[in-house]
Formats: sequence, C-alpha cells, structure tokens
Amino acid sequence: MLEIKNLHVNVHGKEILKGFTLSLEAGKVHAIMGPNGAGKSTLGYAIAGREGYEITAGQILFEGQDIAELEPDQRAALGIFLAFQYPVEIPGVNNTYFLRTALNAQRKARGEDELDSMAFLKKVREKLSVLHLKDELLHRAVNTGFSGGEKKRNEIFQLALLEPKLAILDETDSGLDIDALKAVAEGVNHMRSANRSFLVITHYQRLLDYITPDVVHVMADGRIVASGGPELALQLEREGYASIATGAR
Amino acid sequence: MSTFLQSQTDALAQVPASASKQVNTWRTQAMAQAQQVGFPHNKLERWKYAPLRALAGKAYVLGSEPAPIIEADLLPPAPRVVFVNGRFDAQHSDTHSLQGVTISQLSDVLQQADNRHLNLFGRQFSDIEAPFSALNTALAQDGILIEVAEHAQSETALHCVFISQGQTLSSHYSRHLISCAEHSRFTLIEHHLSNGSDSSMSNHLWHVHVKPNAVLNHARMQNLNQQAIHFSRTDAVIAGHAHYNRFDCETGSHFARHELSIDLQGEHAQVLSGGVCWATQSSTLDTRLVSRHQAPNSQCQLLWRGLANDKAKCNFYGGIHIDQGADGSNASLSNKNLLLSPQAQINTQPALEIYADEVKAAHGATVGQLDQTALFYLQSRGVPKIQAQQVLTQAFYAQAYTLFEDTPFLAQFKAYLPKLLSDTAMENPDD
Repeated sequence: MLEIKNLHVNVHGKEILKGFTLSLEAGKVHAIMGPNGAGKSTLGYAIAGREGYEITAGQILFEGQDIAELEPDQRAALGIFLAFQYPVEIPGVNNTYFLRTALNAQRKARGEDELDSMAFLKKVREKLSVLHLKDELLHRAVNTGFSGGEKKRNEIFQLALLEPKLAILDETDSGLDIDALKAVAEGVNHMRSANRSFLVITHYQRLLDYITPDVVHVMADGRIVASGGPELALQLEREGYASIATGAR
Repeated sequence: MSTFLQSQTDALAQVPASASKQVNTWRTQAMAQAQQVGFPHNKLERWKYAPLRALAGKAYVLGSEPAPIIEADLLPPAPRVVFVNGRFDAQHSDTHSLQGVTISQLSDVLQQADNRHLNLFGRQFSDIEAPFSALNTALAQDGILIEVAEHAQSETALHCVFISQGQTLSSHYSRHLISCAEHSRFTLIEHHLSNGSDSSMSNHLWHVHVKPNAVLNHARMQNLNQQAIHFSRTDAVIAGHAHYNRFDCETGSHFARHELSIDLQGEHAQVLSGGVCWATQSSTLDTRLVSRHQAPNSQCQLLWRGLANDKAKCNFYGGIHIDQGADGSNASLSNKNLLLSPQAQINTQPALEIYADEVKAAHGATVGQLDQTALFYLQSRGVPKIQAQQVLTQAFYAQAYTLFEDTPFLAQFKAYLPKLLSDTAMENPDD
C-alpha cells in the first residue's frame, strides 16, 4: 500500500525527515510514536502533499506509484486521507457543501459519477448513524466554532465518508477527553478493513488501548529508531522516549 | 480647467431650460460651484486612490438621444422602470402591479413651473461633496421619483434598470427620489448594466427618505463594462424607528465611485449596510460610506467585503459619526479585504468620530490573502486548487450577506447578483 524509502524532507530549508523508511501493507495499522519535534506531523504532511514540504531525497510510493509530484487533491483521489492534528476552521463554508464538493471532486477525478444530493445525503446519514453523530454538525460551517472534540469527530466523519485506502491520523487523540477518544477510536475501528491501511501518529500509548496497532514504530530525529509490536508502546509508556531512542542508536 | 470639466460646462448649454426658473438658477449655481471647486486630484484625502488623471483628460458629450434596447432579455421582471443612456424607456417599463406607490419621471416634473419635487435640485453640496454631485444638479435631465404611501406594504421588489449602450464617451446624469411614508415597507433593486462595450460615464444621485416606522430595502448591483465610469451617490435620511436595509454589489466599471451618506435622524433609526466590491482587470472601485448618528439609540451595522484581482484596486472609507446627545447609539463597521493577485491593491480606512458618552462603537478593517492552510485542507480532501480557491473566495464575500440572513430581501437581491458572484453553490444543499 505505502512504501516510504529513505525519505528526506526539508521545511523552510531545514531538514526534518532524515532517511525515513516504512512499509505499510494493505489492511494493517501502524502506529508512529515519538517525542515532540521528531518529525511525525511532517511525515503526515509530506505524504498528503502540503506545499513547502520539499522532498530532497527518497521516495513515497503509494500502490507502487511515486506520488512526489502529485497535488494534494490528486493524492486524495488516489485514496490518501490525512486527519489533521488541528482541523482548519473555514467560516462561511457549510459542512455539507464542503463534504459533497470533496466527495464529488474525488469521484470525478477517478472517473466515477458524481453523487446527486439525494444519494449524497443518504450516504451522509448512514455514516452519521454509524459514528453516533448529530446531523446538526452538517449545517454548520466547517469546524467553525466546533469544540476540540467535535473537530476531531468531524475528521473521522470525513474519513468515513471519503473511504480512503490509506488514512493518516495525526495526533487525532490530542485534546480529547476519554469519551471523545473512545468515540473516535470506535469510528476508526469501524473503518478497519482488509484493504484499508492506517498510519496512526500519536504521542501517547492511550489511543492504542482502543486502536490496536499491528506495528509500532518509534520515531526520533526524522527517522524510525525502533519498531515492534503493540508491546513497544507499553514499554515507551513505562520508560519514556529517551531510553528507546538512545538504546536504538 | 480640465478637459473633462470643460466638456461638462459646455454641456450645460444643451440642457433644455426647465419651466421652473428656480431650477435653472440652481443649475447655473451648481455649475459655478463645480468650476470653482475644480476637478479633484490625488492630494485630496478623499480622492487619494482614485484614477483621476485619465478621466480629467477626457471630454464627454452629454448623451441626449434615447436609444432602443438591443437585448430586452437583460431585463428583470416587472414591476420595473428602465432607463437607457439616462433616459426613461416607457416601452420597457411596467409598474402596473405596484399598489400604494406613486411613480413619476423627473423629465416630466422639470417641465412644470412648480412641483414640490423640484426642490431636490435645491440640495446644496459642500465643496468637498462637489464637483460630481454639483454636476448632477447642473445636468440631470431624467430620473425616477418614487413615493410609497403611508402603510403601503409591498412584498415584490421594484427593479430600476439603468442600461448604457452604444455611445462612446457620452455622459448621463440622473436624479432620483425614493420616499417611504410612515409605516410603509418597500423593496427597490437598482441594476446598472452595459449592453455592449461603450465607454460611457453615468452619474446617479439618489435622495432616500425613510419616514417613521417605515422599512426600505434597497439593493444596488453595479455591473457595467470595463470601460465605464460610474458615479453614484445616495443621501439617505432615516427617521425614528425606521429601518434602511441596504446592499451594494459592485463588480464592474473601469472606475466607480460610490458615496453612501446616511443620516440617522430619529430615535431608534437603524441602517444595515452590506456590500461586496470585487475589482478586476485594471479597474478601481472606490467606496465612501458615512453614517451619522444624530439621535439617541440609533443603530448602524456596516459589513463590507472587498476583493481585488489582476491590477485592480479596491478603496474603502467607512466613517461613523456619533453626534453629541446621540447616546445609546450602537455602531459597528467591518471591512475585510482579499488580495487575489500580487499587483492588486486594497486601501481601507475606517474612521470613527464620537461625541456622545454612552455609545457602543466597534470597527475593524483587514487586508489579507487566501488562507493557505484552509486551501491545503480543502485540497487534501480532494478539491482541486482552483476550485478550492473559489470556495474560499466565495465564503469570504458571502460574509456580507449574513447581515440579511433569513430575510426575503436576501433572496430578492441574491437572484440578481452579477455573474462573478452568481454561483449559489454555497447554499445548504439541504434547502
């Protein structure tokens, strides 16, 4: 699904990713953990194609295709989704309109028929009920005036609606209370399938109590310094990043 | 004297004398004032960013011949009044369905020796309001005079359509009145359109009177061609408990100067003024709003959005003046602007002058570019960049509509937005 080979990424002229390598197969959930400044969010942005995240060496292959030159919307149409750490407020853009525009833009890019508003709303209602969300969410402007929890749930709702092949969750657990965390995890678990992969970026082991990863990677200074099973996350929780990051060197 | 002013001075001789000697005297006096004040220049604060030099050097001929409309399908439905090149077009006008409203033509009134409407020409302008307003007094030959009777309530909008077509370097001056008597309610939508690529200059001056407890909804859509020069001034006087709801939308003209001057004369008088100015190509849109609170507990909300692409310029001045004794007044002004190209220019100046003690007044003005994070957010969801820019741009100017959210007025004027703003995709698809 996703092959990242020796990736080097500069942001504002400063090298943040320094030889990052990862292989994520279809249907798997990989967690990326690491201290502040390790380059976790940069990894998410680089895969999603944010402007200013310059790949200086290495490759990102998605289903065998090098996506380095693709625009973010082209990557989205291929099936890459990034749940933002800080979902962006867009005043004046109605959430339903936003979702329909996004979904239909992706369908159009893939050569599929666009959904009319009836079909779209049917799909929306279905996803809302699965995630236990109120449809009041739809009538508001995108993330505008949403609480931290509502914003993160809206990200998961978009994930459910857009049905990507690869979902990157960038600290989706940050700022969530325990109930919201469970709700978000439940949404993600509901989306797990044999042909959908997840890259779960997090600081804390807590989220991984609810979303059980297949592989846990520890990132430090722009690359992976340790990989293991779910037990690695528990070890991190006990011993801290410093010991593992240095132990791996 | 500038070539422009000379040409308009010469034009006075072509204006037929009115049956009213008083009007003729006022015309002569106004022309003398225009000459004495002279053509404005950029050193004057109020004209600082206007492209005056090109205009000063041009000679305009007074448009005199009424021209037939080439494309009648440009027209909104009746009730409507239509003016072509500044002249009333009886054939395309139709106001039969209006109830409780008296409509007369200025050109008819001018043929009378004594008519109360002639006093419109007696309006004295200060030197800083001249010369274009004074030129209007000197040269206006036609216009529409609308009087809404007491308690008359009209739900349908009257469309006033001003078309310029086919005349190069011609000037048209029009003078209008709308007066809403006590407890009346009325909606007026002005349309300024070009039919063709002529380079005409239009100058409109509106007198607006909203009497106690009356409500006037007044929208203005200026979508002239990119050669047009357009001056528009509205002097509005709002009485106690009266509401003036105003929306302006400008996307056309090479240079458009819009002055909206509102006097809140009665207690609890209220004005809501929203506007979108989108300057494109090499045009300049120059807006000057002044709201004067002259009575206690009067309210104004000014919510304007400006956009500039290409090498265009969008200028805005918003003045709120609260007189001594106008305590309890509540005023707010918001002017936000979006620069859509590196060569575009925005100038904005909010100005508050407050002489009363117990008031609420807020103002804010910003100039910025599209939010790059929001743009990436949309793209990351699959929306192509150009479409994402459109979505964000539309969301930006649509803020000006929020002033009239959930009112029939909003739907009435939104149906006639200029093409540049006409996409209604922003609306909730649930509706």
